[in-house]
Amino acid sequence: MKNSEQQMMLDRLADAAREGRISRRSFMSYSMAAGMTATAATGLWTTSAKAQPVSGGTFRVGLHDNNTSDTHDPGTYLSIQQIVLAHTHRAYLTMINTDQTLGGDVALEWEGSSDATTWTFRLKENVVFHDGRGVNADDVIASMNFHRGDDSTSAAKALLADVTDISKTDDYTVVFQLAGPNADLPWLMTDYHLTIQPANDDGSIDWQSGIGCGPYRIVDGSFGVGFQLERHDGWHGEGAYFDAIEYLAINDPNARQVALVSGDVDAVSSIDLKTMALMQRNPDLIIENVPSGSAITMPMHCDTGPFDNVDVRMALKLAMNRDEIVEKIAFGAAVAGNDFHHSPAMPYYPEGLDQLSYDPDRARALLQGAGIDELNVDLSSAESIFSGAVDMCVLYAEQAKAAGININVVREPNDGYYSDVWLRKPFCCVAWGARPTPDVMYTLAYKDDAAWNESRWQNARFNELLLQGKSELDDAKRGEIYSEMATIARDDGGTIIPFFRNFVYARRSNVQNTGALAASWEMDGARAASRWWFEG
Amino acid sequence: MGDILSLIAKRLGLGLITLLVISIIIFFMVELLPGDIAQAVLGQGATEENLAALREQMGLNKPAVVRYLEWLAGAVRLDFGSSVVTGEPVTQAIGDRFINTLFLAAYAAVIAVPFAITLGVLVALLRNTVFDRVANVTTLTAISSPEFFLGYILILFFSVRWGMFPAISSLSPGMSFGELLERTFLPALTLVLVVTAHMMRMTRAAIINLLASPYIEMARLKGTPPWRVIVKHALPNAWAPIINVVALNLAYLITGVVLVEVVFVYPGIGQALVDAVSKRDFPIVQACCLIFAATFILLNLAADVGSILTNPRLRHPK
Repeated sequence: MKNSEQQMMLDRLADAAREGRISRRSFMSYSMAAGMTATAATGLWTTSAKAQPVSGGTFRVGLHDNNTSDTHDPGTYLSIQQIVLAHTHRAYLTMINTDQTLGGDVALEWEGSSDATTWTFRLKENVVFHDGRGVNADDVIASMNFHRGDDSTSAAKALLADVTDISKTDDYTVVFQLAGPNADLPWLMTDYHLTIQPANDDGSIDWQSGIGCGPYRIVDGSFGVGFQLERHDGWHGEGAYFDAIEYLAINDPNARQVALVSGDVDAVSSIDLKTMALMQRNPDLIIENVPSGSAITMPMHCDTGPFDNVDVRMALKLAMNRDEIVEKIAFGAAVAGNDFHHSPAMPYYPEGLDQLSYDPDRARALLQGAGIDELNVDLSSAESIFSGAVDMCVLYAEQAKAAGININVVREPNDGYYSDVWLRKPFCCVAWGARPTPDVMYTLAYKDDAAWNESRWQNARFNELLLQGKSELDDAKRGEIYSEMATIARDDGGTIIPFFRNFVYARRSNVQNTGALAASWEMDGARAASRWWFEG
Repeated sequence: MGDILSLIAKRLGLGLITLLVISIIIFFMVELLPGDIAQAVLGQGATEENLAALREQMGLNKPAVVRYLEWLAGAVRLDFGSSVVTGEPVTQAIGDRFINTLFLAAYAAVIAVPFAITLGVLVALLRNTVFDRVANVTTLTAISSPEFFLGYILILFFSVRWGMFPAISSLSPGMSFGELLERTFLPALTLVLVVTAHMMRMTRAAIINLLASPYIEMARLKGTPPWRVIVKHALPNAWAPIINVVALNLAYLITGVVLVEVVFVYPGIGQALVDAVSKRDFPIVQACCLIFAATFILLNLAADVGSILTNPRLRHPK
């Protein structure tokens, strides 16, 4: 490439970046292809390419997954409506930054004891609730205790089960005492349930009023319809460029996309993958496609025949053509799984492990070695797991035929799938939400005695490593531990992971962001309201 | 007149019994759904402990019959209970939404009823002309297409292509009436298209049926102009079937709008009902269904009373 051509190419890239037509990742790879070094490209991105954020405007967002019966009770947070709203009007101790690292929200800094059983959080002193009251240690303690205790109905109870005591040393210092080591506690504090609410005098919390200490205060609204919010001027964080936020409950994917195309909203939290390609052609829209930690799994009960034989499990893993599933079922908006529940969007991701690939011949050989000529299994699925779940299972069944495996896809009722099928039927299909760290995920669903050990998998070395990882504060060593665990899960585990889903959402081109997006939730880790802005 | 009053009283009494039976059916149908309310509220993430605590808090540990009787005892005192999930009183939880649904139904009815009847009279007058054929084919096409499809077609042209009306009908507080009418125009138009054919064709058929009667022949022989024959002589005798069809369609405007609400993101009662069913929120489901049932009962009653009042032979039975 001639020098002048190269300059023209870079100018074009810079223009594209400024207008937000290109993500940071694509920008970097194109710049490097055009002959720039990585450092220079990063510099160009940060200094010349992106315009400074501009304040103002009302940001209207069409959200998916809204229920009329949702409430402000943080213990029952479940829908996207609740989660996105929580990140807008409430705050957390810590948060996931746009570069997927951990940052402080209400907490300024934190420190663990050398055995990772005591964690001390220092709070920012300038945090105020929407009614003007300052946030102090008592509010944090009450908000955490809401999820603990015998009569708590909170879904986050299990997450804090290891916390034995929460106390304060002064008004802005909170100490968590744990029953066992947990190096991930600061990461756990980003869990969507663990919002900070004002404490009542009796140590309970006021969640009913909807008063929080997040970037925007609720002006009006109701669940299942929508919310109007305005900027909270005393907010402690950076950003909150919009003057006001309007969330609209638009459950129907077509209605959501039409609203975005016609300009009735500025962004939508999820788009239909089937029409993604069509929307990409519209120059007024920008589609964000962010790899996430949300996995689709197919657990096999390792204590039930024929899945109690590791060769059978491996044969079933090898009989799946993941690339075809990613392309045909997820329309390319997914990352193929490697049968360990640790996504590239999570910290400590083990790079360079061999990827399981479609190998029906080896699968057949494994089965023959195990003395099985023809394998017949039932696979339970339901359309409510995710759009295309049943199709995926049928496609898998076709792929597995080449290995002499007959998979009978059983279509279960949508209602009550997670109470009647999951954890009960020996081979089924499951959708998991993202969890912040591999430790949380493995402890929840892979530990030998976990209530949700969905594959009933028992592996001594894996569980030993899991405990070791919890108390290890050295990042390099933890990386090695999670890499070995991933290898064990892939080769011995009872869970097939076809893919990790991407978050696919869209905005109009006059809405800007830095190009780096948090991968914990849709809409930039559910914090688009405080991180994005309108073009000036 | 006394006959009509006693008819109304009798029909209202029967209506109450119908409502009671419906409430029993609804309660046990909600009970039959797989999964339970605590599971539905806490989702996949709940542990057994959580579920037990929540069931206790919501009073779900009592036998189903006891819970139904408790609800019924409240209902006869016009206290329809509170949402099991949010604890909000039912009237508060669905009151606004019901008003929204009524507004949309009224908006559509105000356009659809005069439009359909006028069109019916016109096609009866110009029967078997090109106008008659075009009107019939158009309205029949509209009624044969699913509502959501009609909605998308209207959105495609009126909002995406021409930008005349907003694609979504979300309401915000403090909206002026004019703005409200503009925002809800497309869903109202969808409903109009869905109900027009039925009413128009019934009007046409009822009138044409009468045109063979001797008194119409007489009117024609006197030299009365055709429009006057239809409007003054045929129409008054055709009211009974027309009123019945209008009543049925009005009921449909209230109970059948779920799809239209979803497509246009209109905060009506249909969406609340769907959410309540998925969360097994029995008091809300019950309230919505009873409202729907009462709508049908009342409109049917109105239709019967209307037919009697427009027909002197029924008004003064021998």
